Amino acid sequence: MRGAGLLAAVLYPRADRVVPPSGHTARLTIFTAAAMAFLAVFALALSLATGRLAERWASELARTATVRVSAPQGQVETQLRAALEVLRTTPGVASARVLDEAEERALLEPWFGPDLPLDTLPIPKLIEVIEGEPGIDAEGLRLRLRAEAPGAVLDDHTRWRQPLVKAADRLRMLGLVAIVLIAGATAAMITLAANSALAANGQVIRVLRLVGARDSYIARAFVRQFTLRAFAGALAGTVLGVAAIAFLPDAETAGNFLTGLGFRGAEWLWPLAIAPLAAVVAFVATRVAAFRVLRSLT
Amino acid sequence: MIELKDVSYGYGGSDLLSGVSLSLQPGSFHFLTGPSGSGKTTFLRLCYLDLMATAGRVELFGQPARKMTRDDIAHARRRIGVVHQDCQFLDHLPVSQNVALPLEVAGRPENPADLEELLAWVGLAERADALPPELSGGERQRAALARAVIMSPDVVLADEPTGNVDWEMSLRLLSLLVELNRMGKAILIATHDLNLIRAAKKQVSARVLRIRDRQLQLAGADL
Ligand SMILES: Nc1ncnc2c1ncn2[C@@H]1O[C@H](COP(=O)(O)OP(=O)(O)O)[C@@H](O)[C@H]1O
Ligand SMILES: [Mg+2]
Repeated sequence: MRGAGLLAAVLYPRADRVVPPSGHTARLTIFTAAAMAFLAVFALALSLATGRLAERWASELARTATVRVSAPQGQVETQLRAALEVLRTTPGVASARVLDEAEERALLEPWFGPDLPLDTLPIPKLIEVIEGEPGIDAEGLRLRLRAEAPGAVLDDHTRWRQPLVKAADRLRMLGLVAIVLIAGATAAMITLAANSALAANGQVIRVLRLVGARDSYIARAFVRQFTLRAFAGALAGTVLGVAAIAFLPDAETAGNFLTGLGFRGAEWLWPLAIAPLAAVVAFVATRVAAFRVLRSLT
Repeated sequence: MIELKDVSYGYGGSDLLSGVSLSLQPGSFHFLTGPSGSGKTTFLRLCYLDLMATAGRVELFGQPARKMTRDDIAHARRRIGVVHQDCQFLDHLPVSQNVALPLEVAGRPENPADLEELLAWVGLAERADALPPELSGGERQRAALARAVIMSPDVVLADEPTGNVDWEMSLRLLSLLVELNRMGKAILIATHDLNLIRAAKKQVSARVLRIRDRQLQLAGADL
C-alpha cells in the first residue's frame, strides 16, 4: 500500500503542478539531501571497512600465537626443543614451527634494516603456533612453559588485539548509528521544509479542498515534489561521496587503518541504496506532515 | 439533495443565522437575497460544508454532515458546483487549467473540446491561457462559473455571480444556469440584483428567499 503510494506519487505526473513550485524550498531540500547523502556514503564506508577489519583481526588472533624463546647462547637449542615438546603435547595446538632465519630477518627488517647480523645478536627465536579447534588454554600453557622451558614466553596476541577488535566493532556500530541519525536528520529537515511549504500554500490547499480534492490528492502533490527533490539531491550527494572515496589515496601508500576505508567489490553497490532510502524518508516525512496539516484544516 | 433543518451559525459572537431551514430539490431554482452582511455567503458556505452549523442538521445527498468524513465531504463537493464570491483560483495556473481543476482533482479525464466549448460559452475562449490575476472582475466570475459547472454537478450554488459583469453578460450567465436547471440541476443564486431575479422569473419558476432578522423567509410576489 505504502509502496504503491510512493509509486503513484512519483509517477502521477500532474498532481504536483497544482502546487506552485518554490525555488527556495526546493533548492534547500535538494542541498540538504545531497549533503546528507554525502555524509551517509562515509558512514557507510566506515561501517563496512571497520566491519572488515574487525572480522580479519578476530579470525587472525583466534588462529595464531607466538612463543618467544630467549636464552643464553648455547642453551637456546635445548630450550627451543623443550618448548616444542610442550607445545606438541598441548591440546588445541594444531601445529608449531620455528621460524627460520630468513623469516626472522624479514620480520625485523622494517625496524633494523637489511644488514642485521642475526647470528651475532642475541635475538630470540620465534615459534609460530597455529591453534586448532578449540583454541589453547593460554594460562595453562604459560605455566607449563615456565616449568619446562623458562626462556620461552607465550605471546598470544589476544592481549593487545582484543581491544582493537572491540574498537573496530564499536566503530562499525557508530557508522550504523550515524546512518540512522543521518536518515533521522533528513526526515526532520524534510518535515520542516514540507511544513513550511504547506503553510505557504494555505490558499492553494483551500481552493483544492473547495473543488473536491481529497486529502490524499493534495498530500500527493507535496509528497511528489519532496520525494523527487530528496531523490535527486541524494543521488548527487552519493555520486560526490563515492567519487571522493574512490579517489582516496591508495591502500598501500596510506597508513594502516585508513587503508581499509573504502568499498571492496560488491560493497560498491551499497551506496546505490542511499538515494532510494532518501526518497522513502522524504515520502514518509512529507506524507505524515501533509496529512497532519490537512486534518487540522476545516 | 441539500437539506438544512433549524440550522444556526455565528462567527464566535451572537448568531448570524438562527433556526434556518431549506430543502433544495432536484430541478429547483432559488434566489437568495438580503442586504450586504446579512449572511448570504455564510448560508452558502454552510451548504457546501465550508462552515459547520453550530446547531441544527445539515444533510448532503442524504448523508448527515456530522457523520461525513473528510473524503465524504470532498466527494459531495464534486456534486456541488460553487461560484465563490471571491472566485478562489490557483493564481499560478492558466484559466483553462483552473476551470478544469475539478476534473483534475477527481481524476477524471478532461475533454479538450468540451473545455473549449465551455470557455467559449462564458466568453473566455481568448483568455484560456491567461493567469487569473490578469483577468478583470467580470472575467473572473465567468471563469468561476465555468469551473462550477464543468463537473455537471447536481447543484449549483452561485454567490453574486453577476456582481462584476455587465447586463448582457449577466443575462448570458443566467441563461447558462437556466439551461442547467432545465437539465434537472438545482440552482441557488445569492444576489441583490433584483433585475436579474425579474429576468430569471420570465424563464423559470424561481423561488426567492430573503434573509431578514437572522431568518430565511420566502419573499413575496412583489419582485
Ligand atoms: N470569517 C468570518 N469571521 C467573522 N465574521 C465574518 C466572517 N465572514 C463573514 N463575517 C461576518 O458575517 C456577516 C455576514 O457575512 P456574509 O455571510 O459574507 O454576508 P453577505 O454575503 O450577505 O454579505 C458580516 O457581518 C461579516 O462581517
Ligand atoms: Mg456575500
